[in-house]
Amino acid sequence: MTMDLPLIWAGVIAFSVLVYVILDGFDLGIGILFPFVKIEAGRDQMMNSVAPVWDGNQTWLVLGGGALFAVFPLAYAVIMPALYVPIIVMLLALIFRGVAFEYRFKTRRKFVWDASFAGGSMLATFAQGIALGALVQGIPVANRAYAGGWWDWLTPFSVLTGAALVVGYALLGATWLIYKTEGELQRAAYRFAWIAGTGILAMIGMVSLWTPFLNENYMARWFGWPQVLYVMPVPLLVALCAFALYSGLSTKRQLLPFLASLGLFILSFVGLLISFFPYIVPSSVTIWSAAAPDNSLAFTLVGAAVLLPIIALYTIHAYWVFRGKVAASGGYR
Amino acid sequence: MEGLDALLLARIQFAFTISAHIIFPAFSIGLASYLAILNGLWLLSGRGVFLSLFDYWKKIFAVAFGMGVVSGVVMTYQFGTNWSVFSDRTGPVLGPLMAYEVLAAFFLEAGFLGIMLFGRERVGRGLHFFATLMVALGTLLSAFWILSANSWMHTPAGYAVNDAGQFIVTDWWAVIFNPSFPYRLVHMVLAAYLTTAFVVGAVGAYHLLHDRQRPAARIMFSMALWMAALGAPLQILAGDLHGLNTLKHQPAKIAAMEGHFETAAGAPLILFGIPNAAEERTDYAISIPKLGSLILTHDPNGVVRGLKEWPKHERPPVGIVFWSFRIMMGIGFAMLGIGAWSLWLRYRRRLYDSTWMHRAAIVMGPSGFAALLAGWFTTEIGRQPYTVYGLMTTAESVSAIDAAAVGASLAAFVVVYFAIFGAGTYYIVRLMRRPPELAEPGLPAGEALLVTKPI
Repeated sequence: MTMDLPLIWAGVIAFSVLVYVILDGFDLGIGILFPFVKIEAGRDQMMNSVAPVWDGNQTWLVLGGGALFAVFPLAYAVIMPALYVPIIVMLLALIFRGVAFEYRFKTRRKFVWDASFAGGSMLATFAQGIALGALVQGIPVANRAYAGGWWDWLTPFSVLTGAALVVGYALLGATWLIYKTEGELQRAAYRFAWIAGTGILAMIGMVSLWTPFLNENYMARWFGWPQVLYVMPVPLLVALCAFALYSGLSTKRQLLPFLASLGLFILSFVGLLISFFPYIVPSSVTIWSAAAPDNSLAFTLVGAAVLLPIIALYTIHAYWVFRGKVAASGGYR
Repeated sequence: MEGLDALLLARIQFAFTISAHIIFPAFSIGLASYLAILNGLWLLSGRGVFLSLFDYWKKIFAVAFGMGVVSGVVMTYQFGTNWSVFSDRTGPVLGPLMAYEVLAAFFLEAGFLGIMLFGRERVGRGLHFFATLMVALGTLLSAFWILSANSWMHTPAGYAVNDAGQFIVTDWWAVIFNPSFPYRLVHMVLAAYLTTAFVVGAVGAYHLLHDRQRPAARIMFSMALWMAALGAPLQILAGDLHGLNTLKHQPAKIAAMEGHFETAAGAPLILFGIPNAAEERTDYAISIPKLGSLILTHDPNGVVRGLKEWPKHERPPVGIVFWSFRIMMGIGFAMLGIGAWSLWLRYRRRLYDSTWMHRAAIVMGPSGFAALLAGWFTTEIGRQPYTVYGLMTTAESVSAIDAAAVGASLAAFVVVYFAIFGAGTYYIVRLMRRPPELAEPGLPAGEALLVTKPI
């Protein structure tokens, strides 16, 4: 029996990156919205709405890095040096974000860790968006190593994707707060969601129109005939999600805006996969040329196949335990 | 010259970030197990004092664990950013071990951490205890996988090399259970337990100095010193076995640890001295004749190889290995002494009354961290100039990144780590200075698993 293990693994890694973006997306989004909520009780609620789950959410980022190292070591060895600055900035920013959960309730000078939480979340998100944009632009490779310059990652396109991710995570954070809170904080969250939702739709449009002009493969994938027929559902579904988001917000639904925002993220991610395939480092290294030998992939896949469903079960269970509207106290304290 | 500088900066950055990191997981490995034991004792005995202790150490665990998580994410990506050639070539072997660490350990810890910290009222006592056990299991599984990966770099086994120059696996069992792994795992887990025990003991002693009657302080002090009395001798034995394993696989490291330049039959044990790498001798050596051979070969006239057996470019830096080994050993024997002293005091029924012991325990509180770092310095610097021992050098492993970029990131890590982890350490010490709450009410009559008479 022959299985296309690199392809399966590309799917598993794409899945973990998507789960990371969605789950840590609303954690980071709450951090991005932090400066816009002035009342301390509201901030306490915001933080407690993710306190029990943020660490698990961030673990998907560790899985993304670890699995890339295991399965596509060449891609890992090329992408990380190419994106050296944004990756290091992201790691440092995540430190400021992560410790704020623990430190904030241990001092009277909360404002220090409020700033650490908000600034860390914003900077980490921006760096992730820049890294994504730089990857979409393509990374040159020679002799199994990165062959570009040290500032290649910084372009108008990558700054746009960085800003788009900040707005996108803010939307996830706002719609999560709609779902998890009530009263004044929830009313503020509806307002945030209107603004961020409109902003992200505009930015999705800009990135989508710009991307095909970066590279001929992207252009052929999206506008070539008859491929355009296969990819057409993506923009149509985006329009559907946008409609669901707006109608959910105007009819004050609790969960629909969050689900619609998730839909926007999933569709944008699928759009990226359509553009990338079959490259893992556009347009230098395909998933097959980056892959480790099959026995490494198979060995790791056994673990993933057994453990990922178990992880899914206890992660869902943790969300279930902490279900319902969040109270002002009851998290870290 | 510029290439060399970038290499040195990348090495300093790795050494700095991993040294800062290992402090927290070592503490959380020990503390997670301690919390599981406290939680279990509470359920078994029904005594509220165990719940008070659990809640007390839980808060400290949360801060330490948080610092471990954020500094750990850095490690996951640093292999790729700064050691990309190493990553490309060893990925097929080491990557899967690290992926298993994430899948089996990190998710387990993170998935049950929320319930352990915040969920006792929501899920009930039984499931809450289960969550505590899962967090403890997660920390141990994490140690298992990452030490397997680290050990493979010291004693590679079960591999071949493909056309692209990558290490590939021929035998997973041989890779995972490579020759130095069992010794390193036992030595490290014992180190984590001892380190934690001395922290717990110091906190107990601090509160006993203020009030000898405090039951929670007595219990944590006593438990910690049982760990010291039993764990320290075991650790010295484990360390000796680990050393013999190192002699077999990395004799140059042993030669540096011992300060031996000359190969000799009946080699002395050098207690102190100043290794002089340039002149290839250890100056001012105070040594015991034949003891070196006796310890290493179990024969007073056994042959012990010295550093001159290897060309200079294959030798590890001798000074730092020699000294860090002695710091680790010195602390280990001091721990043994505290453990023995505690047994004597127990026999005299003066464990809670001896203020000298309490003061000594406070002084020894942070000693485990120093020993841990010294031990890692010994083994990691002692395996230089290689990343994969004998097969791939550190210089070959590094990413081709400008010295300026690495220097900037190193400076940023240093500033951020001192500020952030300094603040965290301050909060932890402040939590420790508060005494545990007076005992929580015990379990209602009939709900404890073991019926005990009230004390």
